[in-house]
Amino acid sequence: MAKVKMSKKSTKIDMTAMCDVAFLLLSFFVMTSTAKVPEPLPVDTPASTRETKLPETDLVTITVGDGKVFFGMVGQDVRADALGRIAEKYKLTFTEEETKRFSLIDGFGVPAGSLKGLIALKSDDRNKEGVQVGVPYDSIDNQLREWILAARYATKDLHQTELKVAIKGDAKEEYPTIKKVIDILQDQKVNKFFLVTGLRTEDF
Amino acid sequence: MAELNTGGGDSKGKKVRSKKQDAGVDLTAMVDLAFLLITFFMLTTSLSKPQSMNLAMPDKTPEDQPPVELTISEDRTLTILLGEKNKMVWYYGLAKEPIEGPTVVGYGKNGIRKELLSKIKSVIAKYGDPKKGLIVLVKASKKSTYRNLVDILDEIAITKVPTYAIVDITPEDKAMLEKEDLLTK
Repeated sequence: MAKVKMSKKSTKIDMTAMCDVAFLLLSFFVMTSTAKVPEPLPVDTPASTRETKLPETDLVTITVGDGKVFFGMVGQDVRADALGRIAEKYKLTFTEEETKRFSLIDGFGVPAGSLKGLIALKSDDRNKEGVQVGVPYDSIDNQLREWILAARYATKDLHQTELKVAIKGDAKEEYPTIKKVIDILQDQKVNKFFLVTGLRTEDF
Repeated sequence: MAELNTGGGDSKGKKVRSKKQDAGVDLTAMVDLAFLLITFFMLTTSLSKPQSMNLAMPDKTPEDQPPVELTISEDRTLTILLGEKNKMVWYYGLAKEPIEGPTVVGYGKNGIRKELLSKIKSVIAKYGDPKKGLIVLVKASKKSTYRNLVDILDEIAITKVPTYAIVDITPEDKAMLEKEDLLTK
């Protein structure tokens, strides 16, 4: 009987190449991902089957929840410019430092008079409950309209494009509040907007 | 490559030789970790982009101008009234003398979707013209929520209703909802 000799081979694999690839991919994902920033007004958006993506630039997000309205702009230049316009409108003055700090805030919900106080706060304290009461949007003091107008002018001036508006509403918010926001937009002849939604399948 | 060459070195003159060690570093754990992190970042990046739904509202007519009168036959319009308790009332035709309804239904594939699909078909069959399809009017009451609005818009998108609009609720419609106990004052 002939003996079959099994060749002894090492079971070790050279992991170097694999390690290289893994870290290459890792660094790619780390660099491209955007960190999720905490929101001043967390809302639970309703789900829909539509998969249209939100535009990433020249967008304002109006967050509606709990009867309060928060306003958020994209782009530091637009934020700074819009703040300048609001300051002019409400006879406020902001220093350069304050404007710079404001342009780093993603979204806010305070009346124009309290903006200075909000800017002075640390970013951790801004998102605490009760600090931000919402942008006034009733007919007597319609600051939301002014903000939208300011942001539209700023976008048009800086980027030569029309501002896009997204409404991010809480699922349990009653319709009249949403209607009010839509009415404010329609008064400015903004008739197209995006509703921010979650994702679901057609089986529900 | 991965093995670090740490063996001996040249020690010709010496008699005591240091033991040659195979110092290949085991990279398995490192690769494991790297892939774990990759998966984490991959999943979080794709999820962070929010979805959205387009909504176009009809132009508002200024109050000093007379509203534009459009004559549309009543058998093309389906009105949906959103009430509370996640229910709605629909009727086909005019509010005063509906051809069908008013009927209470819920959301989802066993609720309003069936009605919409059947009405789209019947209207197309009646007119034989794809341009004269069904028109859906959505009227949200004070007690309906934002979720209801998005749900009904979603249903309209799923069933591919050719024309739809969100309009203000009228007193007649309110009375209809109250009758069905879907609008408490």
